[in-house]
Amino acid sequence: MTSIGTGYDLSVQTYSPDGRIFQVEYANKAVENSGTVVALRCKDGVVFGVEKLISSQLLEPGTNRRVGAADYHIGFASAGLLADVRALAGRARQESEAYKQNFQTEIPVRVLAERVANYTQVFTLYGAVRPFGCTMMIGGIDLNGPQLYMVEPSGVVYGYYGIAAGKATAAAKTEIEKLKLSEMTARQAIFEVAKIIYRVHDEVKDKLFELELAWVCQDSGNRFQVVPKDLFDQAEAAAKQALEDDDMQE
Amino acid sequence: MEASVGYWPVKEDKVFALQSQQTHQMRQNYIYRPQTQPITHTTDPIVTGTSVLGIKYKDGVMLAADTLASYGSLARFREMQRLEKVGNSTLIGASGEISDFQFIMEDLNKVMTQEFVRDDGYNMTAPEVYSYMSRVMYNRRSKMDPYYNALVIGGLNAAGAPFLGYVDMYGTTYEDNQIATGYGNYLARPLLRKYQRNDMSEEEAKKLLEDSLRVLFYRDARSTNKIQLAKVTKDGVVISQSYELETNWDIGKGVSH
Repeated sequence: MTSIGTGYDLSVQTYSPDGRIFQVEYANKAVENSGTVVALRCKDGVVFGVEKLISSQLLEPGTNRRVGAADYHIGFASAGLLADVRALAGRARQESEAYKQNFQTEIPVRVLAERVANYTQVFTLYGAVRPFGCTMMIGGIDLNGPQLYMVEPSGVVYGYYGIAAGKATAAAKTEIEKLKLSEMTARQAIFEVAKIIYRVHDEVKDKLFELELAWVCQDSGNRFQVVPKDLFDQAEAAAKQALEDDDMQE
Repeated sequence: MEASVGYWPVKEDKVFALQSQQTHQMRQNYIYRPQTQPITHTTDPIVTGTSVLGIKYKDGVMLAADTLASYGSLARFREMQRLEKVGNSTLIGASGEISDFQFIMEDLNKVMTQEFVRDDGYNMTAPEVYSYMSRVMYNRRSKMDPYYNALVIGGLNAAGAPFLGYVDMYGTTYEDNQIATGYGNYLARPLLRKYQRNDMSEEEAKKLLEDSLRVLFYRDARSTNKIQLAKVTKDGVVISQSYELETNWDIGKGVSH
């Protein structure tokens, strides 16, 4: 799985003989070591779920959020180095604002995703800077309906119906593939996301974690919103229940 | 002299363009002014709105203005909305230069977007908008480059109590139970002072503002009878459609010519 790129991995300016840029691959490692993030694009919106790993009981719940808004109608969720997430989110917010100033209209989700991707890619060109150690999922609703994109440290961006990043990416992707996303509403998707996060969470390796849920959908007035407390509690309870049912079946 | 090759920019054009750019830049420094005077930019408004009125009442705050943007003595834009909402609990009304008001709104909307994405649990309410605008207006005044407006900022504070404030192009600010700008200062204020009470009902507040705007229409030569009312209550901000005030010109019959 891990290959050592001795000599060719010291700087992001250097290609390896087989055409890889090891520094970018190492940046992906930072993402792989962080808590799982899941995002789904459903019929009437986009939902985000984050397995936020907590290092200490002393941390105040609800802080160090990994989900946020880039504009009223676009939100993001991110896996990887939290400080890099904040820097990238700041850039996404600036791009949204500048677009609004120039074109007097909300930035389309795809345009924002591509701008963020282009920005991320620049940091893979020069030895003086390092690539972003975070993968950002950007989702929102514009004139073309709900859309979801994911930007990786290399600067690639693709559109998705459902995607995961972080520790349990493989397991989460398997779970996502089972879902019929085009027929699901955001409200249903929230429950599914919570279930997936709880399922793929590794109880042994990471004891403490906090679930974060956010959405952009009809129920939130087509605006980004951290899922309201009562719905969040329901989804979390259902996820815990599903986990118990799984255990009982085994 | 080189022969012209027939497409733009010809060398002479480039030189001319550069010159006019340079002249433009140097102009401010070379316009005759005594050394003690600062560089001035816009000090004459072009497209303007007239009075804005605001009062506190039982459920919150109500603002009123006519929907005219004048171009000097020409009644140019007759459906100009001069009352705008800022977030869910603040109204802002402007008299004076309309382009400056439009820019102020752009800036305030940017501020509100940043507040939204920050999502820190705090909402910017009327007193904060008022404070922010007073800093902006005073700073511009100090650069002799004012936003040529008188702003009425009304809404609810974080505790839900009504708030009403005034900020103008000099950076002057005050808060009161009733505010008027422009000619309203002279014509409407006596009416507002006499009849405004903090426990007025919505109908009473509406009638008072309509009567005041009617007086302004009779006497302010840069006003119309097409007006808009706006209110802020705990249920949010509502800006009415524009409608015409009934007026009575019977007094004209008694005037002998």
